[in-house]
Amino acid sequence: MTSTTPSPARGFADRPGRGAVTGRLPWALVVPGVLGLAFLVLPFAGLLIRAPWSTLFQRLAEPQVLEALRLSLVTATVATLVCLLLGVPLAWLLARVSFPGRRLVRALITVPLVLPPVVGGVALLLVLGRRGLVGQWLDATFGISLPFTTAGVVLAEAFVAMPFLVISVEGALRATDQRFEEAAATLGASRWTVFRRVTLPLIAPGIVAGAVLCWARALGEFGATITFAGNFPGSTRTMPLAVYLALETEPEAAIVLSLVLLAVSLVILAGLRDRWVTSP
Amino acid sequence: MTRPTFPAVPASPPESGPEPEQRGLRARLVVTRPSFALDIELDVAAGEVVALLGPNGAGKTTALRALAGLTALSTGGHITLDGRPLHTLPAERRPIGMVFQDYLLFPHLSALDNVAFGPRCQGVAKAEARRVAAALLERVGLSEHAAARPRQLSGGQAQRVALARALAVRPRLLLLDEPLAALDAHTRLEVRSQLRRHLAGFDGATVLVTHDPLDAMVLADRLVVVENGTVVQQGAPAAVARRPRTDYVARLVGLNLYRGLASGQQVKVDELLFSVTEQLDGPAFVAFSPAAVALYRSRPDGSPRNLWQARIEGVERHGDNVRVHLDGPITAFADVTPAAVAELDLTPGRRIWAAVKATETHGYPA
Repeated sequence: MTSTTPSPARGFADRPGRGAVTGRLPWALVVPGVLGLAFLVLPFAGLLIRAPWSTLFQRLAEPQVLEALRLSLVTATVATLVCLLLGVPLAWLLARVSFPGRRLVRALITVPLVLPPVVGGVALLLVLGRRGLVGQWLDATFGISLPFTTAGVVLAEAFVAMPFLVISVEGALRATDQRFEEAAATLGASRWTVFRRVTLPLIAPGIVAGAVLCWARALGEFGATITFAGNFPGSTRTMPLAVYLALETEPEAAIVLSLVLLAVSLVILAGLRDRWVTSP
Repeated sequence: MTRPTFPAVPASPPESGPEPEQRGLRARLVVTRPSFALDIELDVAAGEVVALLGPNGAGKTTALRALAGLTALSTGGHITLDGRPLHTLPAERRPIGMVFQDYLLFPHLSALDNVAFGPRCQGVAKAEARRVAAALLERVGLSEHAAARPRQLSGGQAQRVALARALAVRPRLLLLDEPLAALDAHTRLEVRSQLRRHLAGFDGATVLVTHDPLDAMVLADRLVVVENGTVVQQGAPAAVARRPRTDYVARLVGLNLYRGLASGQQVKVDELLFSVTEQLDGPAFVAFSPAAVALYRSRPDGSPRNLWQARIEGVERHGDNVRVHLDGPITAFADVTPAAVAELDLTPGRRIWAAVKATETHGYPA
């Protein structure tokens, strides 16, 4: 069945989808297609061409750059952990428990995906700001103020990034055979045990993929962060904010910071593709 | 979740257990859905193996899932196991073991940890659970595969791991859903006889679902035939095979079956009068084997036989013989040799005489 000896009769021309049978390529599709590709790729080329390669490492080692990088990595990681802690159970509820209004809840979860992040930041301020609905109470009771703090950055990033995780994990949950969970139940496993010992290992690839997407989104967060957490060096100025700011004062620094973010994105994409996206 | 923990080797039933007549399963399984209704009574003694046999969609698997607690019973349904109500318990609290059709071994656990899963859920310490699991794997002859992941096991091995996993929770009710359906013919033969041995050593009640009559005959002490959500026939395998009561069962056991009205030693089926050896009165079944049907080009003379004129509907290979589908006053199968096919020119559409001796025609009350 799975013989590796190539059949001599099957040549190049027999393969479907090659020009021989399908005729000329329509220019109406080829030209815009190639233009679209150029539009997507050229900016990166520009970034690489204009990069100050000779002073790259020197600029990277500047304290403000390192500070922004460290802050970005820390906040994106913490935000991802928050998303995991809240998002996986939420995905489980959506995939496994039928409750009234489930479809509405699923639609609500996707709102941060399409909402302009600035609006998300404003909304966060209205709820968690010092005069906000919950923020007022937090301030009065515990003396906790979230806006314009590093914790605020984490909240803003988690708010924007969580839908990526929830959607990915819910998809993984729906794709797993629920009968494994039934089999575990017949063996005496409670629902919590089933989740911990059967469901979680089965959806682990989906969780990792979701977490990586979530982390990448958190790392690049700009709008909600600057609105809710402000732009204070050392505490809330993350990489994207630093890039934006540097562009006005020293464009070369902005290019260097952008290159770092680009490199991180490419590493994530490569990792995702090899391990989770195309894996059977 | 305080199920008692048991030793790995089956012990004799506890002295203070339920009364003997209470031991085993008594159930009325009612499941009502918009497009489907299941309502069957099922009594299985401890140590007995009952096979639910029926065509696809008859409700066999639904019945099994209801016993396991994976499908809720509708009003009127109840399950009692060893004198205690079972239907009030969720699946994870029922003392059951279930073997699924495609085994559903946890892909992320080794064979050993799959088997140890149940005892672990019952609160057995990890080392003890693994010891229990290792003993069970040895019993099914898979000690050397303990560390293997399910995907590394063959179908027959996976089936045995699934059985060991179900037995590891020391169930009082063992449920098997098409346990051999996923196996190829050769493995099936081997696994069937092993399964029979393991079931014989199990002291609780066993309910087995299958659509394969051979599996049912070999594995079960009693058959319960389910069609369209109700029990149409039950009894010992031999009795069911000898006296089928529905077309489905007759086809399964390879008999021609007709329902008619008997008086004396004759049964009237439609316009045909069948002579049988039994003395009967009222509604009755007539059954005979396809091999007992003789075919003639012209009307035969001589001994009194059950004789009718038929039209050949089709001809197909059947083992070493040829099965002829007959239409006419009754539809019937006749098994003849390939030589006879050539000699009698048995081609579809031809009219022919069919005869069965009274001594080979079996009649019994409907």
